[in-house]
Amino acid sequence: MADLESFREDVRQWLAANAPKSLVGMTGGDLEGNWGGRKATYPNPDMKRWLELCAARGFTAPEWPREYGGGGLSREETKVLRQELARAKLPPPLIGFGLTMIGPTLLMFGDEEQKKEHLPKICRGEIRWCQGYSEPGAGSDLAGLQTRAVLDGDHYILNGQKIWTSYADLCDWQFCLVRTDPNAKKQEGISFILFDMETPGVSVKPIKLISGSSPFCETFLTDVRVPVKNVVSKVNNGWTVAKALLAHERTMIADAFGSAAGGGKSRGFTALARDYLDFEDGTLADASLRHRIAQVEMDARAFLLTTQRARDAAKAGHAPGTESSIFKVYGTELNQRRLEVMLSIAGPQALGWEGAGFDERELDLTRQWLRSRANTIEGGTSEVQLNIIAKRVLGLPD
Amino acid sequence: MQLVLTEEQELLAKTAGDWVREHSPVTRVRQLRDTNDPTGFSRPLWKQMAELGWVGIVFPEQYGGAGMGYADLAVVLEALGRTLAPEPFLSTVLLGGQALLVGGSDAQKKAWLPGLCEGGKLLALAQQEPKSRHDLFRVATRARPDGTGFRLEGEKIQVLDAQVADALLVVARSSGGERDAAGLTLFLVPRDAAGLRVTPQTRIDHRNAALVRLDGVRVGADAVVGAIGQGGALLQQVVDCATVGLCAEMLGATSQVFDDTLHYLKTRIQFGVPIGSFQALKHRAARVFMEIELARSAVMAVARAADAGDADFEKLVSLAKARCSDAFVLAANEAVQMFGGVGMTDEYDVGFYLKRARVAEMTFGDAAWHRERYARLGGY
Ligand SMILES: Cc1cc2nc3c(=O)[nH]c(=O)nc-3n(C[C@H](O)[C@H](O)[C@H](O)COP(=O)(O)OP(=O)(O)OC[C@H]3O[C@@H](n4cnc5c(N)ncnc54)[C@H](O)[C@@H]3O)c2cc1C
Repeated sequence: MADLESFREDVRQWLAANAPKSLVGMTGGDLEGNWGGRKATYPNPDMKRWLELCAARGFTAPEWPREYGGGGLSREETKVLRQELARAKLPPPLIGFGLTMIGPTLLMFGDEEQKKEHLPKICRGEIRWCQGYSEPGAGSDLAGLQTRAVLDGDHYILNGQKIWTSYADLCDWQFCLVRTDPNAKKQEGISFILFDMETPGVSVKPIKLISGSSPFCETFLTDVRVPVKNVVSKVNNGWTVAKALLAHERTMIADAFGSAAGGGKSRGFTALARDYLDFEDGTLADASLRHRIAQVEMDARAFLLTTQRARDAAKAGHAPGTESSIFKVYGTELNQRRLEVMLSIAGPQALGWEGAGFDERELDLTRQWLRSRANTIEGGTSEVQLNIIAKRVLGLPD
Repeated sequence: MQLVLTEEQELLAKTAGDWVREHSPVTRVRQLRDTNDPTGFSRPLWKQMAELGWVGIVFPEQYGGAGMGYADLAVVLEALGRTLAPEPFLSTVLLGGQALLVGGSDAQKKAWLPGLCEGGKLLALAQQEPKSRHDLFRVATRARPDGTGFRLEGEKIQVLDAQVADALLVVARSSGGERDAAGLTLFLVPRDAAGLRVTPQTRIDHRNAALVRLDGVRVGADAVVGAIGQGGALLQQVVDCATVGLCAEMLGATSQVFDDTLHYLKTRIQFGVPIGSFQALKHRAARVFMEIELARSAVMAVARAADAGDADFEKLVSLAKARCSDAFVLAANEAVQMFGGVGMTDEYDVGFYLKRARVAEMTFGDAAWHRERYARLGGY
């Protein structure tokens, strides 16, 4: 504990001396956050400096081993670091699928060469990664994917189409699932492979969403030559790797929505309610809305307590309990309900698309709500999650 | 606050679980009901629970208690809740006993608590009235000064274990209007006091409850528990703590009825397959499971907040009670549906859980009432 406190003191001093003032107050969420990569642009050069300073100390990937560019910190130290960043109102220096998905997966399944090549670049924010899992014919039934990889000397030749590839147009590398054995059982003929998006034959086309933005793309692969050494784990063992990565993805999604639900990033209900609704004697006059707000706040509290319970159990050395299986479904549905209630609070002011009569915050709320509808689809739909709970946790038969 | 059982609590959970399986199956509850047992629970088992240290678990050692906390009590009550054990924990340990411990004089504590911890003396809290619903402060029962003491006049309903209690803690209004929080006083009244009439009531769960009429019951000044006119805060605190215990019991019952349902889903065959292979049922089961996990987190948190004296305690009480109410009712309703026809029969245990769920839900405020309170405490 004493060590932890002196670590906290070091971090605090380092932040006070080094953190750029212009970043204070930024949230570092999806829109404002620094995703890094070759195509990153830095309207505020401090953001880039902040990344470099943190990367040099291993603070972009605090828990990864130092030899791969991480900070070599313990889980407790990482928590302290996060607390201190929050306390100083600083955004994380870097976000993205490199840190949350492919990095942890390579630490588990990558060979030494792959770890040495990719992890430091992730830590330094040099390479931004995207996820090539879904295909037009393979969504929930991911194992039905058809993109082929055929061996040709020391290369695989990839042909096929990926879809819903988030930020593919802004990314440098892709981790991708391909079929290497069309004759095996469907889960057993899949490999997990990495390629540079600049490889000839790779092209991407953005897809426009209901929220008006185009955060994801179709990825077309035509005779793309990828070195055999880019296969992670063994050939035809990709499904195991893919599932491990999905577990990281779902944890990340649940974390994000759990903290949002707890009022992490956005303004609380009460503040919002005071802007739009009548109060009588300190009580919200609209009783049905008051109850809906209370319901969501209480759900959020119980959800956060459940994530805390999972953490505390892990700290106490228990194997992961059944509770963590609910995080993806519950966290995402909660986020949707939270935004639904916020929409109800804002009333007609939540209907704006752009232009006169709506302020920035209102427009942002509306877009957030539209975006949130994807929460129960991305990373495995709620229905698929419920299937998994029923099978793995409850032991119900197929 | 650490939301994880300590090693001692793990051990306690195991001991309690084993004990419940051996001594307290649901058939026991069935038998008490079918034989119209006048005691409504088992005195020998209550004695055993006292010997195991459970009855006195939250009382200080000076009164013969174990000096442990609500986090420990919750572990025991969850185990007992699994098989709907009807012993008088709520009435005696949590309501009456805690009211004396928190508000009682030295003399009152010495006179009652050691006997209580031994599994002998029983208490009840006479609070609810025909018009009070969930409002603790809506009290029409009057306490009028009479010499150096008081005269009590009024009617209480569904008083838990009143028919077996040695004494009742009666909530009465010594001043103020019918809905005022101020002006309430608690009185310790022997059950055999003149003018006090107890009429057992039969509720759907067949646990002890009774009507209590007070027709000019005379009590001395030494019957007052806590300060005159300031019983409201004491009452709120005691009921909040009792709610923690009730929530733990509900969590146990909810978990058990859900486990029974899962077992049925795996064994009942229709269309040549176990009904648990139907996705319509799988998803519903998974949703019940989620609610139980969330309820468990809330119960663990509120029990630890009670022990730590957290500023957030009241909000957590409402959180836990709302969640446990919703989860228990959901799990019981879903159980009946998934059992199909046999779920409706008296022969199966499911109905016992369904009935207990409704009673527990309405005890100390239902889910809607606690959401309202949560909103109020949150400033909206
Ligand atoms: C915002 C967003 C970002 C995404 N980012 C990426 C990315 O970066 N990379 C990537 O590879 N993919 C990404 N995806 C794709 C995502 O993983 C898929 O959309 C998801 O797996 C569902 O597949 P689908 O869209 O084909 O729907 P389908 O699988 O066609 O599902 C349609 C409906 O049928 C239901 N359904 C399907 N199977 C079952 C079943 N067995 N039981 C019950 N119901 C079932 C589903 O729950 C759903 O309601 C993203 C999606 C979104 C929305």
